[in-house]
Amino acid sequence: MNDKIYKYCLITAVGLILPVGVGIFLTLLWDAMPAFEKFGVIEFITSCDGNSVAEGEKYGALPYIVGTLATSFLALIISVPFSLAAALFSGEYYRGKRFAGIIDSAVAMLAGIPSIIYGLWGFAVLNPILVSMKLSETGYGILSASLLLAIMIIPYSASLTKEFIMMVPSELKEGAYSLGATRSDVIAKIVLPKCMPGIISTFILALGRALGETMAVTMVIGNTNFLPKSITDTGNTMASIIANRFGEADGLQMASLIAIALLLFVITFIVNLTGKFIVKKLKA
Amino acid sequence: MNVRIIKDKMMHAGVVFVTLCTLVPLFAIIYSVVAKGIGQINWDFFTKVTPNSMEAMLAVAEGKVIPGGVLQGIVGTLLIVLPATFAAVPFGIGGGIYLYEKDNSRLAAVLRMIVDMIQGLPSIILGIIVYLWVVVPMKSYSAIAGSVAMFIMMLPMIVRSTEETLRMLPNNLREAGLTLGGTNFRVMMRVMLPSAFGGTATGILLAVSRVIGETAPLTLTILGSANVCYDPREPNSAVSLLIWEFYNDPNMQSLIWSAALLLLVIVLLLNLLAKKLSKG
Repeated sequence: MNDKIYKYCLITAVGLILPVGVGIFLTLLWDAMPAFEKFGVIEFITSCDGNSVAEGEKYGALPYIVGTLATSFLALIISVPFSLAAALFSGEYYRGKRFAGIIDSAVAMLAGIPSIIYGLWGFAVLNPILVSMKLSETGYGILSASLLLAIMIIPYSASLTKEFIMMVPSELKEGAYSLGATRSDVIAKIVLPKCMPGIISTFILALGRALGETMAVTMVIGNTNFLPKSITDTGNTMASIIANRFGEADGLQMASLIAIALLLFVITFIVNLTGKFIVKKLKA
Repeated sequence: MNVRIIKDKMMHAGVVFVTLCTLVPLFAIIYSVVAKGIGQINWDFFTKVTPNSMEAMLAVAEGKVIPGGVLQGIVGTLLIVLPATFAAVPFGIGGGIYLYEKDNSRLAAVLRMIVDMIQGLPSIILGIIVYLWVVVPMKSYSAIAGSVAMFIMMLPMIVRSTEETLRMLPNNLREAGLTLGGTNFRVMMRVMLPSAFGGTATGILLAVSRVIGETAPLTLTILGSANVCYDPREPNSAVSLLIWEFYNDPNMQSLIWSAALLLLVIVLLLNLLAKKLSKG
């Protein structure tokens, strides 16, 4: 008797989560349809917003797709040395020591800071620094957004990379040490090659996080609608254009924004799925 | 010393140095928020609503602290996050138990994929979804819509932490319970879940701290409010949303940092508490 109720309870929980997940996709697809019908999928992805009266109401996602990919990949590249160092620090050099625990907690705290506070700090502290370094005229732009995103994704890639580094069997390392290898040899020739697939999947997952970040990016990227030409240009990402425009949008513009959301959803879903798939393969 | 040893030492020093560099932003952010925000923290900050832009401008012009605070944001955050947590905990734990019990079933595989999908969903997209699902039919922005968005955000985190914690428990714990004649349900309720309390509670606290700092979905669901509002069907405010509003208002510069300080303290305290629980 009890077990029946138990079963129903669990089924209820599952019965709620499944339709929510499926519903998210169907809703986006349904409400994005008007935009895709009007402009065509390919045309929508490869063009910019119209800015002349003659063109009428015209929207395109290209600048935002470029902005999203540019900021995320740049952030990923910037974050690699830092997350690798932090992972080696607590997973190899000071493994199990108290010092490593402190560093781990501090890095984890970076993950706890809300996105909006990163944005605020980027606007008030990072942008002026970029201006004073003559890297940018106003501070706003792809570079600033990428730096913020890099800081935000370091904790995720650092903690997962550390897990992979700690999974390297100690016999392998001891073998190398017994042959007279130094620690840097062991790291460069044994540890890193051994967990390279793991590290790559870690960075794919970190990329997935960077793609969808909204508030911090919106506050520092400058919010312009043309195609960015260099990393110091201002721009917009898919997430930030939605945050900026959705409140006042209606009709075709809203459908276009939802279409952008659908594209972002598909991109992050594929990236996350790939990363998780590799991680699962490796951990099994 | 030969070259290899020097290389080894340099690598060691390099790793330590770059790791310490990673922590610079953490301290820089905490320092900025505390230094710029502390001046505005007073009794009024917690007990009064935000003044309008004009009053703030006059106060700043006279060199005084901005009168008023963020009461409507504090009330709004509570009104949004508490119901979301109460709803997400049972469903999240239920889903987690399901994944644990029916590990290899096909439904579990589908569920796991969907949970991952929701977890990886950019929060702004969740804002759009809830806007279409709740705000449009109700014809009004509301605290309920905010709660729904937070609920959906918390679900996957709680499901995953429950499942992983249960999985880490030794199998003979469960077998012992079943041997004593307990049904699956009783063993889960009396043996497994209590043993998994630490990990599950950590997951819930981390989920709460995540959604408290979340802003993007709130801009599309609760809209904001200048006054304290207790009706869940009306537009409401939240601390994180106020930071976004202040950001767009040059007169609120000092209040913005105090609101950020409040949010940062809450979020980091929740994180610390979660860490404590996971060890205990």
